[in-house]
Amino acid sequence: MAHTHADHAGHGHVHDEHAHGPERGIMRWIKTTNHKDLGTLYLWFSGIMFVIGGLMSLGIRLELFHPGLQYMDPETFNQLTTMHALVMIFGGVMPAFVGLANWQVPLMIGCSDLALPRVNNWGFWILPFAFTLLLSTFFLPGGAPAAGWTLYPPLVLQTGNSFPLLIFAIHLMGISSITGAINIIVTILNMRAPGMTLLKMPLFVWSWLITAYLLIAVMPVLAGAVTMLLTDKYFGTSFFNAGGGGDPVMFEHIFWFFGHPEVYIMILPAFGIISTIVPTFARKPLFGYASMVYALASIAFLSFIVWAHHMFTVGIPLAGELFFMFSTMLISVPTGVKVFNWVATMWKGSMSFETPMLFAIAFIFLFTIGGFSGLMLALAPVDFQYHNTYFVVAHFHYVLVPGAVFAIMAAIYYWIPKWTGVMYNETLGKIHFWWSAIFINVIFFPQHFLGLAGMPRRIPDYAVQFTDFNEISSIGAFLFFIGQFIFIYNILRCALFRKGLKPAAARVWEGAHGLEWTVPSPAPYHTFEDPPQEVDTETPWVAGHPAVAH
Amino acid sequence: MPNLSPATARALRRLIAPVLAGSCCAARAADTMDNAYWNMPKGVTQISHEVWWLHMFAFWICVVIGIGVFGVMFYSLFAHRRSRHPVPAQFHENTTVEIVWTIIPFLILIVMAVPAAGTLIKMYDTRDSDLTVRITGYQWKWQYEYVGQGVSFFSTLKADANAARQLGSGIDPATVPNYLHDVDRPLVLPVGKKVRFLLTSNDVIHGWWVPDLAIKKDAIPGYINEMWTKIDEPGTYRGQCTVLCGRDHGFMPIVVKALPEAEFEQWLAQEKSAAAAGTPPAAETPPAPAAAPSSSGSAPGAAADQPAAVDPPSHDP
Repeated sequence: MAHTHADHAGHGHVHDEHAHGPERGIMRWIKTTNHKDLGTLYLWFSGIMFVIGGLMSLGIRLELFHPGLQYMDPETFNQLTTMHALVMIFGGVMPAFVGLANWQVPLMIGCSDLALPRVNNWGFWILPFAFTLLLSTFFLPGGAPAAGWTLYPPLVLQTGNSFPLLIFAIHLMGISSITGAINIIVTILNMRAPGMTLLKMPLFVWSWLITAYLLIAVMPVLAGAVTMLLTDKYFGTSFFNAGGGGDPVMFEHIFWFFGHPEVYIMILPAFGIISTIVPTFARKPLFGYASMVYALASIAFLSFIVWAHHMFTVGIPLAGELFFMFSTMLISVPTGVKVFNWVATMWKGSMSFETPMLFAIAFIFLFTIGGFSGLMLALAPVDFQYHNTYFVVAHFHYVLVPGAVFAIMAAIYYWIPKWTGVMYNETLGKIHFWWSAIFINVIFFPQHFLGLAGMPRRIPDYAVQFTDFNEISSIGAFLFFIGQFIFIYNILRCALFRKGLKPAAARVWEGAHGLEWTVPSPAPYHTFEDPPQEVDTETPWVAGHPAVAH
Repeated sequence: MPNLSPATARALRRLIAPVLAGSCCAARAADTMDNAYWNMPKGVTQISHEVWWLHMFAFWICVVIGIGVFGVMFYSLFAHRRSRHPVPAQFHENTTVEIVWTIIPFLILIVMAVPAAGTLIKMYDTRDSDLTVRITGYQWKWQYEYVGQGVSFFSTLKADANAARQLGSGIDPATVPNYLHDVDRPLVLPVGKKVRFLLTSNDVIHGWWVPDLAIKKDAIPGYINEMWTKIDEPGTYRGQCTVLCGRDHGFMPIVVKALPEAEFEQWLAQEKSAAAAGTPPAAETPPAPAAAPSSSGSAPGAAADQPAAVDPPSHDP
């Protein structure tokens, strides 16, 4: 059972600074080491970054509405595309998943906080600082970086004043991710409740354990790559300059060795979320728990040996090209296994379609479509036609937006009653869902056709035969963006303006299992200061649970 | 299928397309499949046809798998909703099923990988070419040199498009023919001959792509990439730069004009004599010295904030 502050005092512990609850005012948020507060901070930060990144995408889609340049010069457009990606990836998706991990991992494994709470605080507060630096580059002479988020030299070395800020910001974000990942691994491996063996952990915890290892493995590689850019620009090295004995393609190898696991870092926690939500609303245990764990691990392992599929056109030797084609195709097998297991979880369940479940179902459908275009991209000879066209843009937006972002929104709807103690407005949630699901396809489905018809990426203006689908895509973007205000309103009501909202029970969802549902809603500031007793009853895939027949 | 001549392949596709497309009109289905509005062009080389075939093969496999998986899922959403199926089953594992749905997708991958590998191997075989052209990417134009022929020139965005694309130009792009897909001097190539390309860059990484030829490769400063094509039909084929290369990345298109062999030889002879006489044809911009591979890497290395290329005036706003 979770303990309140009163119980705490009764155990003879002295906690002067929060004898009456957490500190008041802004200093609470600056100094907090509490996983719930930090989870909240990460999610707020991520939300703000999604709005900023979203506004940039509106700038892009505005210019691309019609052929010709109407609103901005090409250099500004290149800044927008570069910064849109950096903000969304490093400021939106990754911090959102870290925020969800902060809130949920201790609650799901039955421990009181992360293993290193002060490091947790520091890891968060690096991010607003890093993004202030990065976003401030828009206001420098020369503007923001404009070489693409992939930062290829020699082009990126033509960046002006914003270059050092860019590199420093990336280093800071990397430090935040690495320290957060270490924290999560140490917590999961050492602080699980007694009786919770690794193969009894909720799948979301598994997904974050594996993601954390990926982060530690590849964020230092990115740091190395950008440091070499820094020394090439300012300190006379020639890592990426053939005239000095270096090679621009070496950057691509190093970058994508980070970059490919990075995209799995952005999707594995999403898989964990879907594996949590579908069993709850199907009222049926997750099908194939062990397979699902092995699939996560296989995907993570394979993610290290596919990177050059981002480089099929750079001229790597035939043997290398074939290897990367085969390894990339192979990743579709464990991913497909996961999709089949989710459908098998639904099969003969008893499903209800509250908002989290709607987003989870849309994830399965639309992420899989993104997976299909990924499989097509894996075929190297055909990739020569797709590479650096809008076909690729369509692919990665399908796996990232109705993929990762829908999973994040599903998770927020799913857990916000636990965090805040009140139910969000279900009608508004459903409206937000249908609005988002429809318009996300209006934006990105036509982009497949644009790519096949020959439209390259990262261009501010295009030949007139590409007009129709660009118009449709741009209209979809503006409408999608407007719909997100329904979500923002719904969340703000739960977070800040709770009057009149329905209170949430401890077990918010009838079919939910897991230790987090044994604590009250809202979850008390400190939970599981003593280990929980319900590990076996809250893990329904294990033999011995009364609902499970073997 | 990949080893058939284009004409036979076309005929076979017209037979198979209605089965694949589920459409009753064979010709219309084949044309729709080829329509550059919705789909990749079939192109004008044997390789481009093979690539198109692979693309459609992969696409239809994905459609079939999608219908299968989503069919089961949507059926379940309907039949196993709470109101219809109030008591959930509790089964939660089955090792046999896990093995089956791991092995079957793996076998499907092999069926896709074999023809893909075959086509890729062919695309890498640059031996026995009839003509070699060196392509050099610049910020923001292409330079073409017919190796050993003494002919080389720059190819830049056509002036009418360049005027229209300026910010706030007031010129409607629809009034410009082949807007952003036309150049002052196209790359002229012979039909029916194997042409080998040597691709490099003078400054940053660019990418050279012509969809109808199904060849795309990056132009990397200090390095030379190879690719080849053999064009089967005369015509004009248009492409664009495909690697972000700075400000005017979207404004350095590619035009290939394929001429029957005799006409090509005539054109080449004209170019050679014009070059020898030192009187460049009207549309040509003054050629920069052809950058040798070893020296072209030095420009980007000098921590320069300015693009290193020699500029014709047309790209300044």
